[in-house]
Amino acid sequence: MIRGNISKMATITVPRPKLNWRERLYLPAIVAGLAITFKHFKNMLLGRTKVTMQYPEEKWDSSLPDHYRGAPALVRDEDGRVRCVACQLCEFICPPRAIKIIPGEIPSTDRFAKVEKYPEEFDIDMIRCIFCGMCEEVCPEQAIFLRKDYAITGFTRADMVHHKEKLLEIGGVMHGVVLKWNEKK
Amino acid sequence: MDSFFIITSLLKIIGILFVVILPMVSYAVYAERKVSAAIQDRLGPNRVGPAGLFQPIADMFKLLLKEDFTPRAANTFYYWLAPCLAVMPAIITIAVVPFGSTLLGVPMVIADVNVGILFVFAVASLGVYGIVIGGWASNSKYPFLGGIRSSSQMLSYELSLGLAVIPVFLLVGNLRLTSVVHYQIEHGWLIAPFVGDWANPWKWVLTIPMLISFVVFTIAIFAETNRLPFDLPEAEQELAGGYNTEYSSMKFSLFFLGEYAAMITGSAVIVTLFFGGWHLPIPSWHGGFHWALVDGNAPGWRGVLGGLFNIATFFAKVTVLIFIFMWVRWTLPRFRYDQLMRLGWLFFFEIALVNIFVVAVIVPFIR
Repeated sequence: MIRGNISKMATITVPRPKLNWRERLYLPAIVAGLAITFKHFKNMLLGRTKVTMQYPEEKWDSSLPDHYRGAPALVRDEDGRVRCVACQLCEFICPPRAIKIIPGEIPSTDRFAKVEKYPEEFDIDMIRCIFCGMCEEVCPEQAIFLRKDYAITGFTRADMVHHKEKLLEIGGVMHGVVLKWNEKK
Repeated sequence: MDSFFIITSLLKIIGILFVVILPMVSYAVYAERKVSAAIQDRLGPNRVGPAGLFQPIADMFKLLLKEDFTPRAANTFYYWLAPCLAVMPAIITIAVVPFGSTLLGVPMVIADVNVGILFVFAVASLGVYGIVIGGWASNSKYPFLGGIRSSSQMLSYELSLGLAVIPVFLLVGNLRLTSVVHYQIEHGWLIAPFVGDWANPWKWVLTIPMLISFVVFTIAIFAETNRLPFDLPEAEQELAGGYNTEYSSMKFSLFFLGEYAAMITGSAVIVTLFFGGWHLPIPSWHGGFHWALVDGNAPGWRGVLGGLFNIATFFAKVTVLIFIFMWVRWTLPRFRYDQLMRLGWLFFFEIALVNIFVVAVIVPFIR
């Protein structure tokens, strides 16, 4: 509820600036403006102006920091094995629920039988992914990493889902500290 | 009328229209984008071809392939007529402008009529009809407002446009544009009379009203061609494109290119009236200092080269003026409507009028 008199409201009268004859003539301002734009024009012609990076030709990939959070990807270890053990922790932690894992069982006759599970399917929907890096943080096997790929494109929604092969291709090989798969452990 | 005259006239029309004016129009659009980019610290079009040089061709294909849409509420006949009316006067005007001396004995002007500048005004004013009719026939509020603005803007500026050139013809004594050029070859460019009897102080006194005339005329041409700071009829931000809001495809591009064609012909007229047309004095020291004239009538290949040089000079001057048009466009904001009216009626009209009397007082001292 509004109380009191409207005239008591705080009002500020902004005075119009008094222009001198030079300002009223308007021409000096025009000439000054033309001089400024011509300076920019001249600097561009002489190549003194720093312009935006010309993206497809020039990229900033080489100057990306190590902690850059790009597309999440699966990595292999030194032996060329997929590090992921399909524990599904990343699937549970993923805030936008972009990750879908279907685990498969490793047969007991296999050399790596003690690992028990492997991801039969591992999909990351890159439309949903928010590049938060929680999957990387939560992974007990250091199997999923955020790489430096940022230009993720596709023509359809299906194109934008990264399957296991694509994820492994982005991920590459990681020489790491987790030695669980190694026989020596 | 002999067949030689008809054939050379046709060749001149085809040459000037398809070899010079139309490529110039499409590359003026490219230049506009490049100049604006440089002024705003950007690079501008650089994807199509080297340095984006094929951009106008890509733009043309884009405009041709777009859907040519006619609103149902539009008055179809006038809706179709308006773009033609917008582009034609701008191109017709170039007919009376001398764009070179002579080439192989043929004078480089399409129609050397003795009412030259009157013809320019009469035809150039028709360009406004394209905009007004386009705004009216679209049957939509923004184009309508744009058309109305255009007509009142033309009324405000046509007067000072006409009055500003009267001093030139007081001096030359002839409305023919080739005579204006020949006067300037003998007595020096009207705004920088170095050639001829340059010791005459009255000639230099005369440059002051001539400069005023030039400034008023140029500003009026800005308004006439709807360039910023007087582009109120199309005012993108207020009127969503103004008179061409309802137009698409080639009809839109005719409006768009008509503006650039008008800019080129406007510059050509300014060059002819105040900058000596195709004339470029070259300093020469054969038997004392004097200004040499590049002659298109010299015998043999020298005449051909001279004629081509004069044509190149003319279009180089036009290019410089077009750059000034662009430079101003990317510097100044748009005038408010009442400011435009005030400028037209209260300042330029009076300045041009007083200027005529000043020149009339000076002219007897020169003769």
